[in-house]
Amino acid sequence: MFSLAAHPILRLAVSPQHMWRSIVLGSKSIWLHKLRSMLTALGVVFGVASVVAMLAIGEGASHEAQEQIRKLGSQNIILESVKPSDNQGPAQQTRSMVIEYGLTTRDIDQIRQTIPGVSVVVPSRIISEYLWNESLNVDASIVGALPIYPQMRNRRMLAGRFFSELEQNERLPVCVINQTTAARLFPLASPVGKSIRVRGFYYRVLGIIEDESQRSTGESSGGNNKSSNSNSLAQLIIPFYTLMDQYGDTFFRFRSGSFEAEKVEFHDAIVRVNDVNAVVTRADAIRHLLARNHPNEDYRVTVPIELLRQAERTKRIFSIVLGSIAAISLLVGGIGIMNIMLASVTERTREIGIRRALGARQTDIVLQFLIETVLLAGAGGVIGVILGLGIPIAISHFAGVTTVIKAWAPTLAFSISVITGIAFGIYPAMRAAKMNPVEALRHE
Amino acid sequence: MTQPIIELRDIRKSYQMGDTVSQVLQGVSLTIYPGEYVCIMGPSGCGKSTLLNVLGCLDQPSSGHYFLGGEDVACLNDDDLSKARCRNLGFIFQSYNLIQQLTVLENIEVPLYYKGVPEQESREIAIRLASQVGLSHRLHHRPTELSGGQQQRVAIARSLANDPLVILADEATGNLDSKSGQEILGIFDDLNKAGKTMVFVTHDERMVGRCTRVIRLKDGEVDRDERGAAADRYTGITGTSVRPHAADSSAPDHTAEGVAAALVHQPVLS
Ligand SMILES: Nc1ncnc2c1ncn2[C@@H]1O[C@H](COP(=O)(O)OP(=O)(O)OP(=O)(O)O)[C@@H](O)[C@H]1O
Ligand SMILES: [Mg+2]
Repeated sequence: MFSLAAHPILRLAVSPQHMWRSIVLGSKSIWLHKLRSMLTALGVVFGVASVVAMLAIGEGASHEAQEQIRKLGSQNIILESVKPSDNQGPAQQTRSMVIEYGLTTRDIDQIRQTIPGVSVVVPSRIISEYLWNESLNVDASIVGALPIYPQMRNRRMLAGRFFSELEQNERLPVCVINQTTAARLFPLASPVGKSIRVRGFYYRVLGIIEDESQRSTGESSGGNNKSSNSNSLAQLIIPFYTLMDQYGDTFFRFRSGSFEAEKVEFHDAIVRVNDVNAVVTRADAIRHLLARNHPNEDYRVTVPIELLRQAERTKRIFSIVLGSIAAISLLVGGIGIMNIMLASVTERTREIGIRRALGARQTDIVLQFLIETVLLAGAGGVIGVILGLGIPIAISHFAGVTTVIKAWAPTLAFSISVITGIAFGIYPAMRAAKMNPVEALRHE
Repeated sequence: MTQPIIELRDIRKSYQMGDTVSQVLQGVSLTIYPGEYVCIMGPSGCGKSTLLNVLGCLDQPSSGHYFLGGEDVACLNDDDLSKARCRNLGFIFQSYNLIQQLTVLENIEVPLYYKGVPEQESREIAIRLASQVGLSHRLHHRPTELSGGQQQRVAIARSLANDPLVILADEATGNLDSKSGQEILGIFDDLNKAGKTMVFVTHDERMVGRCTRVIRLKDGEVDRDERGAAADRYTGITGTSVRPHAADSSAPDHTAEGVAAALVHQPVLS
């Protein structure tokens, strides 16, 4: 026995068996009008599907942001050199020119000196070279870095160790390679302790570091000509000073087939802010500083913690858009259900009269119609959940957006469909129950 | 004398129609005892159906008292009226009033469902009643697949399902041809002989020969209250007279006889 509410019409005192029989009866009645029932439930189907999709995309956005922050470090500000794209004038003129761009020692020094609360600045430089091990070779990026690099980049050592402060200061020819390089140059044996040749110069391998994980996919759209992104490319990481000794203060790259050359001092640098709460203001200060030094915007500033905000914004936009779709669908769906149920009540006036004459209480009639509405909405809910689970999967597949489906999301969406059923079913059910039995029996 | 099943005291019923109030029942008082077979007659519009609705607890009188099985139902609320209908009353309508989407068995089970009889038991009762009205071969048919006479038999089985104190019928043969009408009336006779109290509204003067009491209404009042031709049966003076006016009715067919016999020998839901 259970009771639903205090209103006399809703004072339900029904045994589970009776309830079960009512549900079976309701299902039969819905099944009797298959097409009508299906069309009626459509609004709820879309509403529930939107809810599931919304939750999956929202969760996906924050999940992705958190993942990135974990990778990039929430206290970090990442500066990158970007080759200026559209301010080069006619192509003919630049053919023989040296393009000079990117972060400079001056920038790094100014950041160190003028921005308070900034503990470490890790500059690095990336150079493209062929690496050799005997007859095997691979096209790789040589990264000049400081010993703190693995912590700053959240990259794990898989074997051996990273180079030390001492090796850095002594400018020793040592290196750490990433998984890709290890697999390409040393397919059989462990590379630790072996040497890698670059232009006749040998570097001793100290350890293997994990590959750089994929960075933000679409969010940072500052520059479109970025050359330093090294996703799962072969990498050779050597002490920054060693790199300076080998390649000088600046870096020239000569493009084959043209006379064009690039001169870049630093490809990127990471600024660590001591106080997490100050990251955003420090980032603004750095942006100001760089804007002064680089009027042609040949750099990019990425603030991981801002990615979280961006993700929150994405999540909010999706929530608003899909939430509105969901709300409107559910409202329209609910009204549709109510409309059909009202029609059904009129159509079945005679039946209601008969049932009343045979002993049905108003409660029984309310229950009968309410169960039908809830079953209808619930069936729509189930279809909606299935559809809603398909949408995020399709979105991830075709748009490359991360989506996360939490177990509670379909449950919540389904509950919403049931609540819609109750909310929009109660009025028709009450109307059915309130009918005068004598008049209902006389109804044609 | 035994306790009356129905006792009406000065029942009045009026309808508000705009400004005018139309008095339909103007102080009806009558008492019906167990086992009576009462026929309510009168000209069209005199309030027969209205009275039957009051008797059936479908409608509340404007004033007066109505004791059904000793309980005053004139002042009950909607829920308790439903319960009174569920426990004490069986209805048979002119237009059968079966639920179209339910099968024969399911229709018979409806009152049991609201009475809360468990599924298994209710199914057994329904099958027994269906066979007693001669429909064992139509258990899973829908009303649209049955003839009028067959539908009315389903309605009779349904009215008996909850073993009511009294069965109320409003022109139960009005939609039937004379042959199937006679079959139905045969069943009623035998129900009454088996002890069921019946209240029957009709225009058919021939019914006078079948019932134990005739109440004639006129303008919402009891005009005459007289003994029917079968009154002997009720008072028990000549229990042998099974069908005193059998001569004026076409002979009931054998199925009806069989059904009637079954109902008599095995009192329904004792
Ligand atoms: N709901 C109502 N509202 C107003 N007047 C009503 C209502 N129901 C019945 N009446 C009136 O009450 C009177 C008696 O009606 P009732 O149906 O009881 O007649 P009846 O004796 O059954 O007639 P018939 O033999 O034709 O079926 C009629 O004049 C009818 O117009
Ligand atoms: Mg009438």
